[in-house]
Amino acid sequence: MKIIACIKRVPATDAQAKIDASASSLDTSSFQYMTSFYDEIAVEEAVKTKESHGGEVTILTLGPAEASKEVRECIAKGADAGVILTDDDWQARDCRSTAKALAAKIQELGADIVFCGKVATDRDNAAVGPMLATYLGWACVTDACELELDGSSGTAKRATEAGLESVSFSLPAVITCDKGLNEPRYAGLKGIMAAKKKPLDEAAPQAEESHAKVVSLETPAPRPEGKIIGEGAAAVEDLIQALRNEAKVL
Amino acid sequence: MSKAILFIEHAGGELRRASLECLGAALSAGLDVTAVVMGPGADAAASALSSSGANAICHLTGADTWSPDRAAADLAALAKESGASAFLAAATATGKDVAPRVAAHLDSTLFSDITSLDSSSGSLRTTRPWLAGKVIATCESASEVFCATTRPNAFSAPEGGGSAEVSERAASADCKASVTGVSAKEGGKLDVQEASVVVAGGRGLQEAEHFSLVEGLADAFGGAAAVGASRAIVDAGWRPHSEQVGQTGKVVSPNLYIAVGISGAIQHLAGMRTSKTIVAINKDADAPIFKVADYGIVGDAFEVVPALTEAIAKVQAEA
Repeated sequence: MKIIACIKRVPATDAQAKIDASASSLDTSSFQYMTSFYDEIAVEEAVKTKESHGGEVTILTLGPAEASKEVRECIAKGADAGVILTDDDWQARDCRSTAKALAAKIQELGADIVFCGKVATDRDNAAVGPMLATYLGWACVTDACELELDGSSGTAKRATEAGLESVSFSLPAVITCDKGLNEPRYAGLKGIMAAKKKPLDEAAPQAEESHAKVVSLETPAPRPEGKIIGEGAAAVEDLIQALRNEAKVL
Repeated sequence: MSKAILFIEHAGGELRRASLECLGAALSAGLDVTAVVMGPGADAAASALSSSGANAICHLTGADTWSPDRAAADLAALAKESGASAFLAAATATGKDVAPRVAAHLDSTLFSDITSLDSSSGSLRTTRPWLAGKVIATCESASEVFCATTRPNAFSAPEGGGSAEVSERAASADCKASVTGVSAKEGGKLDVQEASVVVAGGRGLQEAEHFSLVEGLADAFGGAAAVGASRAIVDAGWRPHSEQVGQTGKVVSPNLYIAVGISGAIQHLAGMRTSKTIVAINKDADAPIFKVADYGIVGDAFEVVPALTEAIAKVQAEA
């Protein structure tokens, strides 16, 4: 099976957000970067799929050349190769231009199944996976928390507000991965050493203008200073009064 | 007036609140709305919609098995044929599954989880959170069709009125993936993103069994509340990920958020800071959760929560 896991280099989740002088982009100077949380689950599922069905796993990203750090870390968990669509202006890309660039590369590489995280923890848009599938004309299951593959088809489960949905699909497919699908492994020393020798290609992504225009960015106003009502169960009565008369939520 | 295609969800004919809010967002922005319904019960949904304020209703027939790719292809075809300049859906699990595919069919960008929509500048302008709400981005689309999903609880449902005509159209046949079943949640429990009250628990509860305190308090709200959880207790296996609030879970903005034994890591605060009123109950008076809480009680959850549960039950009984 030809397997691809798409990952994104994102600011660490404990990052404090600062906005730069232009007021339309982030001040990234203090950011530490990491592979997006759900993309780690995608990489794990890709490696597990290789282990049970055979084949090769390629880690694919669109980002700066520095993303080789994240790609190597993912290769170290059991993938075979990496490809970076290098774009210094990656922060300005929108879901559409990213999905189109990934789709073009995936078409060129060829794949039976592509794994993505269900959402990247920077822009929170949850769009690239299903858009990519649509540009490719493939099946797609988003937010998968269970997956079974069987030759040319598969079944997956995804959590909705109404309960767990069972979805059957045909391959090739794009699967976006939710927490619960697996427990991402740590890279062992052997994997880290081996990853250094695996091929990591850089290529230019398909040029595509971003359609999402950022007019301005702001950090939300801090919440007004709250108050400690009191201590212990004795404070409950005052809390009820406050919720009723001040906040008017009861 | 600019035309918009809206994907409206329903459960066996009963319109979903998040979808009505999406309709409210579109109508408030002055869009000429065609609301699209499909699936079992769509007849009833269509007639409920005809007096909702929507300008037209389209019932896609024959789509009794749910397929997100088929729905997306049909919705995109409707948008193209009608010359729509906007496509909107609610940012639910289903809406977020379908909308990106519609956007790709229309070769348009997509804004997920928008929290405002405004056409006063002449084109549609929207705000949406980045980094789980640490940043609010104001955006416009340069695409032919403005595509977005509306965050639950961020918009008001329309007041209703009018009597829109319902047209029927056959759904297409091709589907690459389809839903073969749904295992319903126990007792029709509310989702943490849709509830108007969220009671969330964290590590301060000490043991998985003590989460029943949180459930008891949620139950006291008589069906209006859902339970939430911090990442620590989801990772510990006490609660399912579907209940996790925060940057790697769900972002919620209920009317009332009650945090029990949650210290308030930055990733958790990002997931609940837009709640209208926040109450925190924590033993540690220095816990960061008190910085965002409107009302705090310093104390032992095992003492405070039962008293609060009883008081809320009393308030509910009087109402």
